[in-house]
Amino acid sequence: MNTLSCVVSPPLGLLAELTHRCPLQCPYCSNPLVLDAASAELDTDGWKRVLSQAADLGVLQVHFSGGEPMSRRDLEVLVRHATQAQLYTNLITSGVTLTEARLAGLVAAGLEHIQLSFQDVETANAERIGGLKGAQSRKLRAARLIREADVALTINFVVHRQNVAQVGQMVDLAVEIGARRVEIAHTQYYGWGLLNRASLLPDLGDLHVATSDVEAARERHAGRIAIDYITPDYHAYRPKACMGGWARRFINISPAGRALPCHAAETIQTLDYPSVRDMSLEDIWLRSEAFNRFRGTDWMPTLCQGCALKERDWGGCRCQALALTGDASATDPVCELSTHHHLLRAVLQEHPRIPPPFAYRASPRR
Amino acid sequence: MQIEDVPVFAPGVRFRFDKARGCWALLAPERLFQPDEQAVAILQLVDGSHSVAAIIADLAQRYQASAELIAADVLTMLDDLAGKGMIRR
Repeated sequence: MNTLSCVVSPPLGLLAELTHRCPLQCPYCSNPLVLDAASAELDTDGWKRVLSQAADLGVLQVHFSGGEPMSRRDLEVLVRHATQAQLYTNLITSGVTLTEARLAGLVAAGLEHIQLSFQDVETANAERIGGLKGAQSRKLRAARLIREADVALTINFVVHRQNVAQVGQMVDLAVEIGARRVEIAHTQYYGWGLLNRASLLPDLGDLHVATSDVEAARERHAGRIAIDYITPDYHAYRPKACMGGWARRFINISPAGRALPCHAAETIQTLDYPSVRDMSLEDIWLRSEAFNRFRGTDWMPTLCQGCALKERDWGGCRCQALALTGDASATDPVCELSTHHHLLRAVLQEHPRIPPPFAYRASPRR
Repeated sequence: MQIEDVPVFAPGVRFRFDKARGCWALLAPERLFQPDEQAVAILQLVDGSHSVAAIIADLAQRYQASAELIAADVLTMLDDLAGKGMIRR
């Protein structure tokens, strides 16, 4: 069996960012700096319509995310609606508000998989990073409830210079919890992550140690857990295929209903992102200017056009190109062939030895 | 996987027909496989009522092939999926 060779055209995954509300304040939050207010969120019928349209369009998996998606009282209703539309449902949660009753409701609604986040293995540091006292024990309790309900579980750790030394113990904790999969994902530097880059970016030495700790954990736990390890861009020489290519596999819907090719796309303010309130998902996917803007290879600068890897990395990340070069259509500066690659080296050279205090993620307006 | 085992999909694993693309899809946490024709024939019998032996007998009859030949393919695939945590006994 091959991993996903099925057609390029229809999207495979829908990232449903139900809300930006969240009890945590992680300084690397993937939400935009300007958060959607609670009062601007799509209502239940709006989300149901999006889910139905997604299934018709060919989406197979829906990831309910946030903020904290459990903050939505109608989460169970939406999971049930997605299940009835034959969508595979995944809940991405901090777990701090998960109760036995709510979990039972979600399982009854057809929830297939939960991705539970941890900020660190060490309680005080984890709670300092997430900005919520008491979070760690609540997360551990959530993990136990999920295992007892026999729901497929992935543990997620976002890693950075203030927890990267514990990578091996993170995998150990995931195994101890009984998860079949763990993500060790280095912070990506857009939005809040970019704002806190000096506090988060590991140096090359730390990165090498983390990478070998992951390799050691793979051997130690072979056959017991799958480890997905995602490295940070700033020490790389080739860009990642961000989102598998712009508008190739995923649609992200913001809490207010804007359709985006990735969760950071709103940083590219020159694009006018369509709303699911005004347009069908099919129209958005096939015909909207924003989704077609960086799709495929036609938009690429000359440097990428002539590159043998252009259909492997799809030119890298558009948000990163914008954040570092000021031009969203430039080659991702992570590529060593980019004329802007020196900008990354400069960031690393000027990196402060002592991390400055975090700028914690704010709360959205009501 | 033994011949008398009855394989089932693990929690979080779903096998369904993908109408939009006209093919079968095996969905798992953050993973998506497009099984080939032979794999589809096997996976369609992973239903909680067929034992491995029954799957082999069914396919041997359907394809008019020797049970030994089919058994090797079926066990290889089921063991591989069990190793990935996607099916259970």
